[in-house]
Amino acid sequence: MSDELKRKNTTLAKKLVIVALLMFGFGYALVPIYDVLCDITGQNAKLKEAVEADQAFAVDEGREVSVEFVTSVNESTPLDFRVETRSMKVHPGQYYTVNFYAKNNLPQQVKAQAIPSITPGLAEEFFKKVQCFCFELQTFEANEEKTMPVRFVVNPKLPERYKTITLSYTFFDRTNNTEN
Amino acid sequence: MSAVVAEHDDHHDHHDHGPEKGILRWIITTNHKDIGTLYLVFALIMFFVGGTMALIIRSELFEPGLQFVDPNFFNSMTTMHALVMVFGAVMPAFVGLANWMIPMMIGAPDMALPRMNNMSFWMLVAGVLLLASTLFMEGGAPAAGWTLYPPLVLQTGKAFPFAIFSVHMLGISSIMGAINVIATIFNMRAPGMTLMKMPLFVWTWLITAFLLIAIMPVFAGAVTMLLTDRFFDTSFFDAAGGGDPVLYQHIFWFFGHPEVYVMILPTFGVASTIIPVFARKPLFGYASMVYATGAIAFLSFIVWAHHMFTVGLPVAGELYFMYATMLIAIPTGVKVFNWTATMWKGSMTFETPMLFSIAFVVLFTMGGFTGLMMSVAPSDFQYHDTYFIVAHFHYTLVPASIFILMAAGYYWLPKWTGNMYNEKIGQLHFWLSAISVNILFFPQHFLGLAGMPRRIPDYAIQFADWNMVSSIGAFIYGFSQLLFVYIVIDTIRGGTGKVTAEVWEDAGKHSLEWTVPSPAPYHTFTTPPEIIPTEHF
Repeated sequence: MSDELKRKNTTLAKKLVIVALLMFGFGYALVPIYDVLCDITGQNAKLKEAVEADQAFAVDEGREVSVEFVTSVNESTPLDFRVETRSMKVHPGQYYTVNFYAKNNLPQQVKAQAIPSITPGLAEEFFKKVQCFCFELQTFEANEEKTMPVRFVVNPKLPERYKTITLSYTFFDRTNNTEN
Repeated sequence: MSAVVAEHDDHHDHHDHGPEKGILRWIITTNHKDIGTLYLVFALIMFFVGGTMALIIRSELFEPGLQFVDPNFFNSMTTMHALVMVFGAVMPAFVGLANWMIPMMIGAPDMALPRMNNMSFWMLVAGVLLLASTLFMEGGAPAAGWTLYPPLVLQTGKAFPFAIFSVHMLGISSIMGAINVIATIFNMRAPGMTLMKMPLFVWTWLITAFLLIAIMPVFAGAVTMLLTDRFFDTSFFDAAGGGDPVLYQHIFWFFGHPEVYVMILPTFGVASTIIPVFARKPLFGYASMVYATGAIAFLSFIVWAHHMFTVGLPVAGELYFMYATMLIAIPTGVKVFNWTATMWKGSMTFETPMLFSIAFVVLFTMGGFTGLMMSVAPSDFQYHDTYFIVAHFHYTLVPASIFILMAAGYYWLPKWTGNMYNEKIGQLHFWLSAISVNILFFPQHFLGLAGMPRRIPDYAIQFADWNMVSSIGAFIYGFSQLLFVYIVIDTIRGGTGKVTAEVWEDAGKHSLEWTVPSPAPYHTFTTPPEIIPTEHF
């Protein structure tokens, strides 16, 4: 192989290595791109902010929507987690409060974060939580049991086709990693 | 095209030396033919390793209930079978063919970067050995499926970081191989070998190499995110820290969908090389084949979410990915019709390579049709994660990629060894494979439509009959592949006699490798051949 050809080959190889490195960066760039796209399309709203104050809605007495509650803990999170009622009928526009209970089973402090999820996903924007333990990291002292009220309202603009909304919480153990 | 070849036995060619003696030849070699051989032999060994894992899976599924292995090991087997077959067998086999054939097809003396070529092979071996070593680690090998979805994959035992690092090594090896292919094709072509005169195998590999450079780094990034999620407190995919497991699926399939085309595009290339020779006609629609390959490669980047129709995409997303996926059927259809038109009114003969290639055209088309069924988003909810998809992608991989790799083996073995393989046993191998592969995979369509989920060691009783049929097919298919090993060894030892340089009738008109002596000398085209422009043949 002539020296000139060798040089040409090495130059091309270097350029292609740079392309590969850029693509590695692109893989990471997909993370913020995904977040932005989800924001724009209103998909997958992760930790939605609370309604600032109790916004007043016209209560729709004539309509009933069933709201269900699901509680679970991730993997080995050492909490007993339950809710006072599994489901309730609500009138859109009216504020309700429901109590969740969690008990720390360990004789030491546990920090845990609850992650909410609403099904069906498209009904999410019509379900507002004004007060929720999921807004911040929860600290449980040794064997402590907590009562955690959630105050919510279903926006009367909720399309007619939604009869049932399921609110699910999963507690994740964050005792050992609390930076976030 | 036809070619006039410069004299090869240059008597004054003093720097032209033969291979090193002994085992060292294979370790330090930078010769494209040696490295091609290493890749092909390694791929064949891995084909049997991955095949053994498949037979463990099929043994367990022979009857309902748990007979042989525990469920975690079963899941390790499905995961490792896929990883070994994809990264250890099919991809290296095509890299081996690329190493052997691309320089000889474009009239180059060697690959552009011979030392990197050697390194990428040994990196592959190290990566696969590291992956295999996870089988013996505490907690077992990865068992979350080859897609390595979190959060499940984060529960892998001690093997987790080793599996991730082995993926890194396999990725780096593929990228190096791809860079080498691109540099060879761009810089090393003989004078007169324009891009649109290159054999289609070279074209498909050029496009495949670009795919590899674009996607392997993204996969490396995704698994690195898994690694940091598990060990360094990041929350890319961890809901507790604001991450999302679905994000992993998006990144993975951005890699994963082009990845399946990395395995099928060179397959198309070999089929387009073999079919014209045995039909004794030029390839029908050469230019359209090139553009179709490019179109398929481009589309592969914009359809990834059809693997995730059930994760809760917005309706607009489902529709977009559905229609974009359906578009792929058009360039693929162009190819199938071109192969058929190439055979139309040709003077066909049916030697083993041609038999495998015709079976490929028929069976790959079936795999393509089930793919089209699954592209329909609303019906995909029924097929998702069932045996229907297992049947689909095995039809596009086994009777497509593997059959074509076998065809390539039979087609070029005489050129590599200088001897003819045993045609009778070759045809026996073909018929056993072609029949058993359908016994193996066709019933899996029925199982999937009836609702049998994939990746389960035990199943409901109503699935028993077809599973038994499928397992019987698997054993016939698996053991008949041993015939291929016998034929390869037999051919190296002399086979059924010496062959001419051209081997197949008029093959020299189709591609340059048939103009050098058989077996191909250690160094070919040290002086570039003169390419005589002819009408496209």
